[in-house]
Amino acid sequence: MPKLTIDRVSKKYRLEREARDVPAFAEVSLSVEEGEFVAIIGPSGCGKTSLLNVVAGLLPFEEGRVTLNGRDVTGPGVDRAVVFQHPSLLPWRTVSGNVRYGMEMQRRFDRATMRERAERFVKLVGLDGFQRQYPSELSGGMQQRVNLARALAADPDVLLMDEPFAALDAQTRELMQAELLQIWAESRKTVLFITHQINEALYLADRVVVFGARPGRVKAIFDVPFARPRPLALKRDPRFLELEDPIWQLLQEEARA
Amino acid sequence: MSFFRRHEAAILGGASVLAAVSVWEAAWQAGWISPLFFSGPSAIAARFREDWAHGTLVADMAYSGQNFALGFGLATVAGVVLGVLVGWYRRLRLLVDPFVNAFYTTPRIAMVPLIILWFGIGIGSKVFIVFLSAFFPILVNTVAGVKALDTDLLRAARSFCASDRQIFTTVAIPGSVPFILTGVRQGVAHGLIGVVVGEMFAGNQGIGFMIAYGGQTFATDTLFVGVAIIAFAGIVLTWMAERLQRHFSRWRPSR
Repeated sequence: MPKLTIDRVSKKYRLEREARDVPAFAEVSLSVEEGEFVAIIGPSGCGKTSLLNVVAGLLPFEEGRVTLNGRDVTGPGVDRAVVFQHPSLLPWRTVSGNVRYGMEMQRRFDRATMRERAERFVKLVGLDGFQRQYPSELSGGMQQRVNLARALAADPDVLLMDEPFAALDAQTRELMQAELLQIWAESRKTVLFITHQINEALYLADRVVVFGARPGRVKAIFDVPFARPRPLALKRDPRFLELEDPIWQLLQEEARA
Repeated sequence: MSFFRRHEAAILGGASVLAAVSVWEAAWQAGWISPLFFSGPSAIAARFREDWAHGTLVADMAYSGQNFALGFGLATVAGVVLGVLVGWYRRLRLLVDPFVNAFYTTPRIAMVPLIILWFGIGIGSKVFIVFLSAFFPILVNTVAGVKALDTDLLRAARSFCASDRQIFTTVAIPGSVPFILTGVRQGVAHGLIGVVVGEMFAGNQGIGFMIAYGGQTFATDTLFVGVAIIAFAGIVLTWMAERLQRHFSRWRPSR
């Protein structure tokens, strides 16, 4: 049985001023296996972030079913954690306090365990020595590491990542991608990763789902054959570039449509 | 940086106050001021020393201070708790908005005779007047703070299954602190007005009574001692509120 099943799910937004509904995405089906890393790629406004929010339980939907571990998703749950596009850190909490935040809300661990896990995940994302800093004292890349550590520390079954590196500069982004793969190799969490960058999707994922727009829907799914661990140099490999091409073609069609 | 530049505010502010008091005292010593209508610094200081030694001043300050502390403390707790709830629940806000707007803009002083009818001339009416004066600025600012919360933070809290109560204590209240403290500062000013006016209207104790009594008996030095005490209390309480504000903003980027 797949870990996560999205079965013919549709989501509409209400435009109050024009008194009509606009579909965000329609009839989307996708299943994700335990321990699989799936990237969803698509043009902006194609509903990919809405889909992630539906899976996170943050957005109600009208039709279809979403099941996780065989149970219906009706709201947020301790089996999922989201890494947001904006770091969304509490500015009045330190790095450690923010990493602890998700665990505190979920109340699954006792105090000592929370402290121990916070320390472990702060170190895992490479922020040892910054435990007592406030978010305003960190760079964008470091804030995103805290965002990631907060989600990982909550020990979810499925990690939902919403373009987490989109706002970072190119060098920091590549570094974060490589580090994410290292971290993921240790935990082997199931990951659903939203992006609009072809090489990010191919470098990270086991499967790449290409989304079309208006309404959002699955256009194609590509298996990524590269062995792990993947060095960053893979992005320069001719086979990698060859795989980029059909995805690029599909996204071009969408952009022109 | 030179000594002068570093202490510019203290030096210039102190010099201007000292100059004004000197001119005032010189005019008083020269006999240009009638003690029936005004007073002089040395006379006020002498009256202060005398009343202090006598113990009446301490008793009046304790009485007013207690009225203020009780009313202001209740107003802060009620204003923040209700402010968070009203800011959070839209329907509750729609229900209470007409009353809040009416009370916030009406001078609370207009209610004083009614409050005295309800609570009598003892401590109850004073505490309630202070409460009513300080409560609305704190409430209105807290509501504004909750409405201005960062939706990204609320969404993050929800994604980790935070309950409403957890969201109040971990996001809504800390996120509204700058607004709450603005309300507290306004509440201090309004609460001080409340305590003085309340004691002027009824009763025979407190700094407000002292000012009113001084005026009625042409004892301008007594009157000025009361005004000076209220002014000093205002300065100290505002300073404390500012310190509090700075304490709670230490996570902000330094400016």
